Amino acid sequence: MRAEIPTLLGGLALGITSALAQTGDLTIPKSIEAGAAFTIQCGGSGKGTLYIAGPAQLIKQDIQLGSSVEIASGSLFNAGHYAVWCASESSAQTGSIDVRPAQKPSDLTFIAKPSRLPVALHNAITGSAYVFDTYGNLITKPMQISFQLANQGSAPQTRTMETRSGAAWTQMDSAPHEGKAQFTARVGDVSSTRIVGQVPGDPCNIKMSARPAGNKIQLVTEPVKDCSGNAISDGTIVTFTAAYGAEKTTVDVPLKKGIASVEIPAHRGATISVASGVVLGNQIRWAQ
Amino acid sequence: MLAIVLAGATVALIVVGTLWPNKAAASFSTGAQFSTSAGTPEAAVRTLGEQIRANAFARAYENLANKGEFSQQQFHRDLTSGWPDLRTYATLSDFNVQPLHATDSDANVRFKMQWSTVVGPSVSTRDLHLVKNGSKWQVEWPIQKEPVVPPQVIPVNYLRWDVINRSSADDWGAQDVEAPHVRIVDMHPVQRAEGLVLLGELLNEDVVPAYVSVTATLLSKDQKIIDTEGSFDDISHQLLPKQVTPFLIRFPNITLSQVGSVRMTPFSTLISASADPVIEIQNEKLTPAPDASLSGQLTNQSGQIANVAHVLGTFYDQSGQVVWVGDQYIDHALLPGTPIAFNIHIPEDLARKVSSQRTVVATYSFGGAQ
Repeated sequence: MRAEIPTLLGGLALGITSALAQTGDLTIPKSIEAGAAFTIQCGGSGKGTLYIAGPAQLIKQDIQLGSSVEIASGSLFNAGHYAVWCASESSAQTGSIDVRPAQKPSDLTFIAKPSRLPVALHNAITGSAYVFDTYGNLITKPMQISFQLANQGSAPQTRTMETRSGAAWTQMDSAPHEGKAQFTARVGDVSSTRIVGQVPGDPCNIKMSARPAGNKIQLVTEPVKDCSGNAISDGTIVTFTAAYGAEKTTVDVPLKKGIASVEIPAHRGATISVASGVVLGNQIRWAQ
Repeated sequence: MLAIVLAGATVALIVVGTLWPNKAAASFSTGAQFSTSAGTPEAAVRTLGEQIRANAFARAYENLANKGEFSQQQFHRDLTSGWPDLRTYATLSDFNVQPLHATDSDANVRFKMQWSTVVGPSVSTRDLHLVKNGSKWQVEWPIQKEPVVPPQVIPVNYLRWDVINRSSADDWGAQDVEAPHVRIVDMHPVQRAEGLVLLGELLNEDVVPAYVSVTATLLSKDQKIIDTEGSFDDISHQLLPKQVTPFLIRFPNITLSQVGSVRMTPFSTLISASADPVIEIQNEKLTPAPDASLSGQLTNQSGQIANVAHVLGTFYDQSGQVVWVGDQYIDHALLPGTPIAFNIHIPEDLARKVSSQRTVVATYSFGGAQ
């Protein structure tokens, strides 16, 4: 028989037991692994009630004093410090038991940040892993966790870290080439994978050309790439500006299939420039 | 006794209101109460203004001297737009009549209309020519017929971004889509008579579209918060990748000398967006003081109609520092390939410092921001 109760009750119980020493002939293991079966023996004779109270869990069971009580496997599973009482009408025996997380990892919570970042950045990807047992207890015993960041077309980056207080973290570099990387944390036979999008950086060396198109000028960029040679994402805004005399024409054009193209009115002597974000490209003077 | 007094007062007020109605009430009544004076050019234009203010377009049209040149529907569309836009939902709140020239038989009058729109007042001006028919002056309305976009298919294949966020069922460690990375690339305080103004520029340095805003907190010299304000609509809220928007944050009744430091907080979140429509800004021209302004024309290069356009001008001094941010909402829809003029006023004292400018346009299409 078991019942889960609010953590508050567990804390209250802990507070009470800390003020009491183990009394009477209560025999109880000092600690067990979460979910393990164990035996308790309360001294005396006659009928009594066994209480085991701890963090988020309470067990209450009618017992025969003086005989062993079997707590079945899987009954006590929340890690923490528990208070134990064997109570009868005339006496009470108290003790405590520690429930440790199970040794075998069963679940891994893995937080990878950011989920999207520019290419070729040093130590820019952070992964934090938390190891839990099958009951969701954080396993605080040091364990080896391997982190691997796998990019298409290049050797994976691998780090092995030891957990401290149940957690381990690492940093990785983003790859020089864009694409989705698989960031995996593994402990034993448990693993968790996150996807990290590596996107092109700022445009580099924007170059445009101009040609007449009727009474207009057609401006076309070369395929816009970052400094690592990755094609800048479609939809990125490229700004064309033509200045003539005291007047100016500006168009914000999104990249389409890697290039930006626009037609603007032709003005003799116009100075035409191109930019994207804070990156400037070449200039053309329109003489026709 | 009190009841009798109240009843008497009510009857008296009804009689007074019926016999001597005020102008606003009269204009909203059947129309018979309109001032139909046309004894002078100004009076004729005032009558026209009152009729437009009361949405009595049929009556206004009837009194025009050149009504044979266009239909009543075209006249109505000239004033209220044929496409859903700011003017469609606007009302004429006020108008101003300014005589320019007059002879015995004709006259020119400037007719300045102030429309109340959902984003604030919008002023449009028409120079009217009037002719005298007998003893009556009549307005020749300078019709601006809406351009007709010929029926056609315009293929558009610009990118569109859609966003799927994490669900509540996901593990707590599961990553969500990353918010766009934005950066304030410039910020500058300016002291104005009405208070302190923060000007700056925000860059979307990511590869995804962002909804952005900027909040600033002023701190005193002893690090106490003086005030917190946001950019509200003095910013282009939607930024495509590598796009830059200016922003302006007003702190009324605060002086720069009170401020020890400023805490800037840019906000960004992913939004579904389209790279369409593309707006070309043509013939941008800085007019120096007095009456300094930035003018130009917007041309929608795409096939999608932009129902509302918001033009933001960033003005820089010779060293490239932002000295002012101005804006204007365009109250007419941007039809494909059809230029529409804009004019952004620049405060006269700052106009002398302006050396260059940069203009961005935010558009909103029927059904949501684009």
